[in-house]
Amino acid sequence: MTDNGNGNGETPRKVAIICSKGSLDMAYPGLILANAARMMGIDAVLFFTFWGMDVIHDKRVDKLHTGIVGNPATHMPAMVAGLPGMEGLATKMMKKKIDELDIPTVREMIEILDDAGAEIYGCQMAAEMMDIDKKDLLPQVKDIITAMDFFDKSEGAQTIFI
Amino acid sequence: MSTTTIAGQEIEVNEDGFMLNPDQWSPEIAAELAREAGIDPLTDKHWQVIDFCRRDAADKGEAPGVRRITKNAGVSMKEMYQLFPKGPGILSSKISGLTKPKGCI
Repeated sequence: MTDNGNGNGETPRKVAIICSKGSLDMAYPGLILANAARMMGIDAVLFFTFWGMDVIHDKRVDKLHTGIVGNPATHMPAMVAGLPGMEGLATKMMKKKIDELDIPTVREMIEILDDAGAEIYGCQMAAEMMDIDKKDLLPQVKDIITAMDFFDKSEGAQTIFI
Repeated sequence: MSTTTIAGQEIEVNEDGFMLNPDQWSPEIAAELAREAGIDPLTDKHWQVIDFCRRDAADKGEAPGVRRITKNAGVSMKEMYQLFPKGPGILSSKISGLTKPKGCI
């Protein structure tokens, strides 16, 4: 094996990230980690499943919301977080911050990952449950695969579940 | 911190091989660091990236991340991965004689 420019030169490093959440705040961790891996020359595979399907759904990716109900880290009383309009407000605030810090949008992050050579897949069972077809997904999604396919593609990888 | 010899010069580097003093850098050192990373020779496009990284770091005090490079150096994200296949986020700054970029994108 050749040196991957990062490790001890024995085997190329690889990371597999399972993205199961569909909120704006939970979409980013997997995307940022996969991008960081690629920037270091580590191979990256992303597997979007269940609510995570929204992140790769062409009509939903730009409408992801920040989840605040039931999240104590918002430092907001639960009753206030549940009031009408609060989630929209939180989403707006987060999007503003993302923009100020020049963090790419989720759609851009997916494009960047594709340019970077990361492999992006959707989950077949989730797609069936949600009546989602390959054509509903972003063009950067390579395929809709099964859980067993995922294990083939993630062999030898560090695996992260989000 | 340790010192190593690159292109016949004594250079201060950290444990990951990043140069600690950008003033010790020279184009010959860049060529040798690039060769170590499997890049040979450095093309005009590489130099476009290296020149931007060095200018930007001199200005901002830290090495630019890949996104900043693609937004300002006239090189696309795809090209960055063609130029530095083993990791544009670390190799662009390493070859430019800078430390690892601090940002996540």
